[in-house]
Amino acid sequence: MPEITIDGKKIEFAQGMTILEAARSVGGDLVPPTMCYYSKLKDTGGYCRTCIVKVESESVKNPRALPKPVASCRTLAQDGMVVKNQTSPEIQEARAGIVEFLLINHPLDCPVCDQAGECSLQDLGYEHGKMNTRYEFERREFPQKDIGDKIKLHMNRCILCYRCVKTADQITDGRVHGVCSRGDVAEISTYIEKAIDNDFSGNIIDVCPVGALTDRTFRFKSRVWFTKPVDAHRNCDKCCGKVRLWYKGEEILRVTARKDMYGEVEEWICNECRFEKKRTTDWQIEGPSQIDRHSVISANHYRTPAMKKDLSNMILNSGIDASVSSADLTDKA
Amino acid sequence: MLTNRSKSVVKKEMSLVEKLYLPAILSGMAITFKHIFKKPATVRYPEEKREMAPIYRGHHVLKRDDSGAERCTACGLCAVACPAEAITMDAAERKPGEEHLYREEKYAAKYEINMLRCIFCGLCEEACPKEAIFLTDTLVNPEVARDAFIYGKDKLVERMDHRIDVSKRQTADVAMFKHSEMDAKHNKVYKDKTKQ
Repeated sequence: MPEITIDGKKIEFAQGMTILEAARSVGGDLVPPTMCYYSKLKDTGGYCRTCIVKVESESVKNPRALPKPVASCRTLAQDGMVVKNQTSPEIQEARAGIVEFLLINHPLDCPVCDQAGECSLQDLGYEHGKMNTRYEFERREFPQKDIGDKIKLHMNRCILCYRCVKTADQITDGRVHGVCSRGDVAEISTYIEKAIDNDFSGNIIDVCPVGALTDRTFRFKSRVWFTKPVDAHRNCDKCCGKVRLWYKGEEILRVTARKDMYGEVEEWICNECRFEKKRTTDWQIEGPSQIDRHSVISANHYRTPAMKKDLSNMILNSGIDASVSSADLTDKA
Repeated sequence: MLTNRSKSVVKKEMSLVEKLYLPAILSGMAITFKHIFKKPATVRYPEEKREMAPIYRGHHVLKRDDSGAERCTACGLCAVACPAEAITMDAAERKPGEEHLYREEKYAAKYEINMLRCIFCGLCEEACPKEAIFLTDTLVNPEVARDAFIYGKDKLVERMDHRIDVSKRQTADVAMFKHSEMDAKHNKVYKDKTKQ
């Protein structure tokens, strides 16, 4: 197996994998952050440059360093490649610059935005961003747009990652324009509006890394961290039916697809599951979703410390206390 | 014995002077008498009020901006920062024609602070990104029913005829941010062009 070294860690990879995929195969701190790359979609990545890494040695055959940082989502890993991400101060500085670029036109309306709390750009800015802006010019402004009656487009917040365009590209036939105009006036248009009749169009809300595409049925209902995520499923003839319900009290405020550790949906869900089924009786509840405890979503959600599995089994098998059932041991949060 | 602070009791016979009790009574009376000439430790509230610190943390206020629009945008940061979980809110979308009432397109339709839960720590005013919530130097009134301590917007929002000066409570960082022209541009309120 060919081997690549990322931040001093040797990783075996399959031929044809990118640096980012190789890094994700082991996970942890050495994985570069991404804003536009989406492993579940074809042909994404390369736009935002957030995942740039330093290549100190290209391969066994050509051990010279690459002159510039490369986008790890688009660069193929090669045998004997030596890559630096976290360990390179140069890359950290460059990434701070990238974040500054992404934030040039991004409005500071997180208090209003429904994405706040699960926004990739917020996390990225928190980790790599600077406290102040240096941009002196007027920001670009677009009117808010309703794409269908279920989705809202805030073009002001868009960072042009093209994820929604790629999603629309893959769920519909026939190409229409995805992003109109160029540079400062580039705008998501027509393409996703035409794709809106598709049963899977709601997924563009989930793939959006910022609050540009938001759920109109959830608009201003609650902040994300006041809702409680619960995994559930139902028999759906269109999609897998595996979703995450966001509860506030007894009420389901929002239904989304389940997301993995990189914020990417595990399986696409259909619009019926997403927008129509908002009663608990529609769903088979599986249990509370696993949320990273450092996430703001788990703030103030006090729960009993999860008991280790072998320990709970030991108690169950020992028959010390017959009143302890497995239901008591699992997290009811 | 965990603390090593216990003392063993000695039960010895009292002397004649001690049995008289009179010297002990006199010394006690002397202490009492001395206090007549001392400055009293208490004040006659409510006629007389103690001086309050300029940033005393009492009753909250939800500030309005200069034109009278509510600053709060129901972002929920105060509620998530609150260690006592005293704050709850419901957001709503501003309708056309309500621009003079609410500064931004989202506002708090319901905003409640449970003053019995509140510990007046001031973390909400620290968390607020919109300079909307501040603690003031007024005290929370005593009530007879518990329900009356749940303060809604009627008690919290600043009255236009009774503006509250909070300039002393703003940190140096906030003041600097406010006076920076570049940051002001960054933090501006976006107008909704569709509704113009």
